[in-house]
Amino acid sequence: MHPLHLSHYTATSCIGTGLAAMRDHLRGGRGGLAPCAFETVNLTTWIGEVPGVDDVDLPASLTEFNCRNNRLAWLGLRQDGFLEAVRRTANRYGAARVAVILGTSTAGILETELAYRRRDPDSGALPDDYSYRGTQNVYSVAEFVRRAAGLRGPAAVVSSACSSSAKVFATAARMLETGVIDAAVVGGVDSLCLTTLYGFNSLEVLSPEACRPFDVARRGISIGEAAAFALLEREPDAAAEHVVKLLGYGESSDAHHMSSPHPEGRGARQAMEAALLRAGLAPEDIDYINLHGTGTHGNDAAEGRAVLDLFGGKTPASSTKGATGHTLGAAGGLEAVICALALCDGIAPASTGTLTPDPAIPINLVRAPTETPLRFVLSNSFGFGGTNASLILGRGDA
Amino acid sequence: MTLTAYIRGVGVIGPGIADWPALRALFAQGGVHEPAATQIPPLAVLPPAERRRVGNIVKLALATGLQTCTAAGVDPATLPTVFASSGGDGANCHTICETLASSDRMISPTRFHNSVNNAASGYWGIATGAQAASTIISAYDGSFAAGLLEAGVQLASDGGDILLISHDAPYPEPLAATRPMADMMGVGLLLSADADAPALARISITLDGDATPSRLDDPALEALRTSIPTATALPLLRCLARILDGEARSACTLPYLDDLRLTVTLEALS
Repeated sequence: MHPLHLSHYTATSCIGTGLAAMRDHLRGGRGGLAPCAFETVNLTTWIGEVPGVDDVDLPASLTEFNCRNNRLAWLGLRQDGFLEAVRRTANRYGAARVAVILGTSTAGILETELAYRRRDPDSGALPDDYSYRGTQNVYSVAEFVRRAAGLRGPAAVVSSACSSSAKVFATAARMLETGVIDAAVVGGVDSLCLTTLYGFNSLEVLSPEACRPFDVARRGISIGEAAAFALLEREPDAAAEHVVKLLGYGESSDAHHMSSPHPEGRGARQAMEAALLRAGLAPEDIDYINLHGTGTHGNDAAEGRAVLDLFGGKTPASSTKGATGHTLGAAGGLEAVICALALCDGIAPASTGTLTPDPAIPINLVRAPTETPLRFVLSNSFGFGGTNASLILGRGDA
Repeated sequence: MTLTAYIRGVGVIGPGIADWPALRALFAQGGVHEPAATQIPPLAVLPPAERRRVGNIVKLALATGLQTCTAAGVDPATLPTVFASSGGDGANCHTICETLASSDRMISPTRFHNSVNNAASGYWGIATGAQAASTIISAYDGSFAAGLLEAGVQLASDGGDILLISHDAPYPEPLAATRPMADMMGVGLLLSADADAPALARISITLDGDATPSRLDDPALEALRTSIPTATALPLLRCLARILDGEARSACTLPYLDDLRLTVTLEALS
């Protein structure tokens, strides 16, 4: 594919509201996970909560979108001058030429979960102040961002569980390649809710401690939340300072099981191979892999197998979910931004939380933040339903 | 910017509509559509354990996709897919929210993995063995148009064939009061970038900011069009019926976003 440019990008997660704090955490190999004290949740687990989300006020004209997910989106949009960059881009191309393609898994479901506690005792009705379209509906975050940024181009949400916000890069890239649009706001927003906390608990994959991806004694995932955005366009914005390139994407389906990956990582390998093919790169060209690495026994084993089969055991690789938690539908976007920082700074991020790498998965796990020239990096995002997506990003001068 | 493709097959399951031949007959007769509850045909493709676990919306999506592939004579295992839906499994979501609001919040693992919006895509892969890319696109009431745009863009970008499956199912109360939807409906289109593939019609898609969405003459079908997001596809299917009945060209405008439409032109193949 013809390389596309991430002219601007930003991310907000438990390791920082905006890029400066996030960079500090990544350079120090420090995580942001803490014991779960979210809402009324009574589970023994650790989470990656973004501070101050409930203090965020949405623009007065958009209060119908008020829910944790859109508050997090609004907090994230206003970091690092991102919203201003989007508005400049809309002025340059015309608002109808800028798309909004975002990923989320649960959108504003928390608002519905809370509304179900306030049902009318006689009729069972939800409270009058509840807005389905602005909160729970899966599209609400894209509609909110489109209106908040004053955009008038195509818009959609990709909600394919934990691959959602990696796949949006592919969707927007195709729209750019075919000339349907001139720029796209892509990324992912997913926020803490009871459905995912109690849901992953029901599958017995919530780690009782901060998650330890690829550790021999890994005990499951830590759930996080994040808003990550990138402005994707064919030519870089002249005002952009830290441009990286989207060089390839690959998508596949396991066709195997709803909540377990193919044990040999078949679909994962297909997605990585497709991304390499589209980028015109060979496995040995990749300088770093940001693993999906959720910290469950089966996921890490399957992904490790796929990485070993395709790359051998030399390519430096890490999962950053031990630092950020698994931000589900926002993970692909968040980890694309982590890869962008890695490329710009020449630092491979650490596999935070990993104490003793699993000897059964002999990949080259990055144990501490490592200064090294990075030219091409690959990021994996896989999800329930056997959905797989891999992205390849390159340094601006690559 | 115009995207062009070829329609190789079509499937439809909705209120009082069993399949594409039934809907085509309805369009041809100018007859009055008599609404009846959507009937999902029995599914043989999923293993029995999976069949017991899936919700009606997944069964609807799978049946719609299989109907479309059968009509086109194409093996579903070979196809990339675009699923479009305005929401997920509403009945499942309701049960989860009820449980989470109760004193015992332990939800079932099956309910949880069925709660993902790509559940139909996941079960489609398990049922058919399709390992190609599969995505799920949502844009509220414009989800069908968003899915059609995505399918058209994928074909323009990558060539080959692609299966679009739009599917929606209503929520039970109390969510139904906040998101009314008449019934379940699925529409499938097997689209191809290949001009030489056997096809029913050529389709061109353009974004259009100002056009007014097309309406249907039959009051019952027009009511259906505005009562289920997937039913916004009906004017496109009427165009296809007209082409198959001998018209050279037939166009319509589909709702997409509040300030954006999709204009679709169908042309007969020479």
